[in-house]
Amino acid sequence: MTLPLACGILAAVTQPTLFASVQWTVTRLTAHIRQTLESDPALQDVWVRGELSNVSRPASGHLYFTLKDAGASLRGVMWRTEASRLKVPLRDGMEVDVHGRIGVYEVGGQYQLYADALRPVGEGALYAEFLRLKALLEAEGLFDPARKREIPQLPKRIGIVTSATGAALRDMLDTLRRRLPLVDVILAPSPVQGADAPPTLAAALQNLNRLKPDTILVARGGGSIEDLWAFNDERVVRAVAASATPVISGVGHETDFTLTDFAADLRAPTPTAAAELATPVTLFDLASAMSDLGQRAETAMDRRIEAERVSLSNLRSRLLFVSPARRLQTERQRADEQGRRLEAACAHRLAFEAEKTAGLGKRLVALSPFEVLARGYAVVTRPADGSLIRSVGQLNPNEEIEVRVSDGKFGAIVNRKS
Amino acid sequence: MAKTPKPVESLSYEEAMAELESIVAALEEGNQKLEEAMTLFERGQALMKRCAGLLEAAELKVQKLSGDALTPFAEEE
Repeated sequence: MTLPLACGILAAVTQPTLFASVQWTVTRLTAHIRQTLESDPALQDVWVRGELSNVSRPASGHLYFTLKDAGASLRGVMWRTEASRLKVPLRDGMEVDVHGRIGVYEVGGQYQLYADALRPVGEGALYAEFLRLKALLEAEGLFDPARKREIPQLPKRIGIVTSATGAALRDMLDTLRRRLPLVDVILAPSPVQGADAPPTLAAALQNLNRLKPDTILVARGGGSIEDLWAFNDERVVRAVAASATPVISGVGHETDFTLTDFAADLRAPTPTAAAELATPVTLFDLASAMSDLGQRAETAMDRRIEAERVSLSNLRSRLLFVSPARRLQTERQRADEQGRRLEAACAHRLAFEAEKTAGLGKRLVALSPFEVLARGYAVVTRPADGSLIRSVGQLNPNEEIEVRVSDGKFGAIVNRKS
Repeated sequence: MAKTPKPVESLSYEEAMAELESIVAALEEGNQKLEEAMTLFERGQALMKRCAGLLEAAELKVQKLSGDALTPFAEEE
């Protein structure tokens, strides 16, 4: 054995040489380290478990953290795009499983985990349980589309299973109040997360069913997957499937699907949407349906009255045609005609009489003594007795006489007789 | 229609609406005597008023079920 020599060789290898033949720059060395690490396939696809610390999320939206366990720590970063998909708010001390690749941040001289997925510890086990139960219940036919029932169009009574204090309840009540305040709401309050939640939710569903509402809403606002977990509980899912009343589920946000959603007759993305789906017909629809009915009633009535008016007017014409008034008119006309003929006859006769009278008058005038006087004759009378003197012999000399001429009379004395 | 129709004030919205619908249908058929039609029409108007009043006054009623007991539920503002 030539141990000293061997030692000498070792020393030559491990100790820096005084005048290096190869000079690394920091950049080149770091690039080399980077290349070494990043070319190892085992480091490019890792799931690593640890406790979160130094979680920070500056305005850039990227997420920085340190993952540690009892023996070591690892810096990590998650870019904004991936970080924005996180459902659970991260906080220091949280146990997480992180997926990503190991890389080197050359400027900082840091190797770190470039994370693309992160989930709280336990989620993987939960998911496996979710899939197992889903397959089981599916095999039993609980999710069969043929089991789904129609949601009543105009419910009178709506049952709600949710927390009495959550925003979900307020959202649903606001929505129902806005759309159809005619309904009676029965709230069967229940915790929606925690160990008590599943049995209480199931019992609430059964209790509500006894009151025979038209529709039941099972709802909960958004939260982490653990927060929603009660709605994946077998007891709850079975209670939903067993409900005699159609059930609408509105659990979490749009993207959350629970087994309750699969068992429900209708799945709504949110509690508000569940309340909307429960009231397909709104107060506004009812009011406009009513005014349509009113319109129809009025149209029918107007048409009816118009029809009556027309047939009344037809009857009136027919009645007038056969009416005695018509004959009366005829008679009256005939009477008028007779009257006219009578009048004509009378007038004729009168004219004849008048003419006759005028003739007689003329003859009377011709015979009048005054006519004779006018021609110059005189009439002599004896004033004492008014007797007419027709001959000379009737007179005595000096006798007083009266002489009448055409325009008057005068007295005279007889002086001689011849 | 019943011989002595119930007073409209005692009808629920659904009852009033159902009767209103059958009255309108009957008026559209137009098989009744005029006087009967007038009576139906007046009844229809009363029913409409009833329905409109119910819609106007409708206020969401919320009750809480605990066990078998129903109690009014006071919403927090």
